[in-house]
Amino acid sequence: MDFDLMITSFPKLLGATVITLKLLSASLFFGLFLGLFFAILRLNKNIFINKFAYGYSYIFRGTPLLVQIFIIYFGLGQIEYLRTTFLWVILKEPYWCAIIAFTLNTGAYTSEILRSAFQTIKPGIIEAGKSLGISNKIIFYKIQIPIAIRQSLPAYGNEIILMMKGTSLASTVTLMDLTGVAKYIISTTFKPIEVFIVAGGIYLFMTFIIHNVIKFLEKKYSFQQ
Amino acid sequence: MELLAFGKTGWGDELFYATLMTIAVSITAMLVGFFFALIFTPLKLSKYKTLNLVGNFYTTVIRGVPELLVIYLFFFGGSGAIMYVASIFGYYEYIEINAFITGSMAIGIISGAYSTEVFRGAIQSIDKGQFEAAKVLGINKFGQFYKIILPQMLRLAIPNLSNVWQITLKDTSLISVTGLVEIMRQSYIAAGSTRDPLFFYSFAAVLYLLLTYVSMKLINKLEVKYSKGY
Repeated sequence: MDFDLMITSFPKLLGATVITLKLLSASLFFGLFLGLFFAILRLNKNIFINKFAYGYSYIFRGTPLLVQIFIIYFGLGQIEYLRTTFLWVILKEPYWCAIIAFTLNTGAYTSEILRSAFQTIKPGIIEAGKSLGISNKIIFYKIQIPIAIRQSLPAYGNEIILMMKGTSLASTVTLMDLTGVAKYIISTTFKPIEVFIVAGGIYLFMTFIIHNVIKFLEKKYSFQQ
Repeated sequence: MELLAFGKTGWGDELFYATLMTIAVSITAMLVGFFFALIFTPLKLSKYKTLNLVGNFYTTVIRGVPELLVIYLFFFGGSGAIMYVASIFGYYEYIEINAFITGSMAIGIISGAYSTEVFRGAIQSIDKGQFEAAKVLGINKFGQFYKIILPQMLRLAIPNLSNVWQITLKDTSLISVTGLVEIMRQSYIAAGSTRDPLFFYSFAAVLYLLLTYVSMKLINKLEVKYSKGY
């Protein structure tokens, strides 16, 4: 055990954690809206809209995240037309490519989580709202969404942790996130175990925090208060 | 389309073998995972606190740390660890483990943590009366497990195990960083030499979709088979 290495690499890894957290929060933020949007499409009665939303979530859940990042980072740059548009400003940056890939990925999972949450809402609750003369829009925003959020909290907590682990793939497109820096230190010092303990410890700490925040929210929004 | 031709001109046969490699690694990793689950599930369900702790440590650490980091640990630390063990037995030559073994071990340990959780959940949801009835009938511990608990557990575990299989299948793409030529690595090589990454990575995505689709169909059949009588 090389404790000196563990101590000296800790600040470097902690610095890289900032990038990991930035990637995570950005993709979760955009992914939540995307997921909500596609969950609503999934509930639409029009079969084409429905199938379109299903196809989106099927493709992004059925392929590895690594493929998705590579298609966006290496693949899209190949299209000559894209290089002339303003989109190229975003797509040439690995940072934004990673965020786009993560957003699309987490959006697919989130849409599934929210869809199943919407579907488990008892029809009686919506009927009760209707019989009280509340408009459909308000039923959706004030009754369905709050219940769906509560229902999907445990599954969404898992998704946040999965996404946190997913951000490690940013290191494959040259970003120096926590895993990227860990790999760099390992490949220069050849001390994989020490670095793994420190980097893994930081990841576990984040998992622990996320887990407890979700648990707290679950308690706060539980029906039996 | 000529990019996918078989033979020397295209990448068809290379990608075909790469797909077989992905399937081979996934199955090996899944089996390695079952082996780990077989060790750690009893630990998690044990009466003894210390054994519980060991079981929980395994599943918590592996499920809380990115897959890529575990793969780097095995990739850079694997031969070192084997050489250390060998040196105890008096063997000091350099040992190199091939990428297939490193990869399936790393993915196997990850998949094992998920399988452990699935088995634990399945065993815990079996009615307590089943254990008691078996005991009352005088069936020995071995028979209790294989004839009564296991068949019921499998029925409950198959839907969740199919999720573990999907995760494992997708995780194998990460082994490409160690140089094992599976779908992702082959696409990387092909994309590099033809300068057509969009086509090859999209094709890799199609291959993965195909694999997940076919395996879902097969698992559904298994599910039907094991839920006979319910």
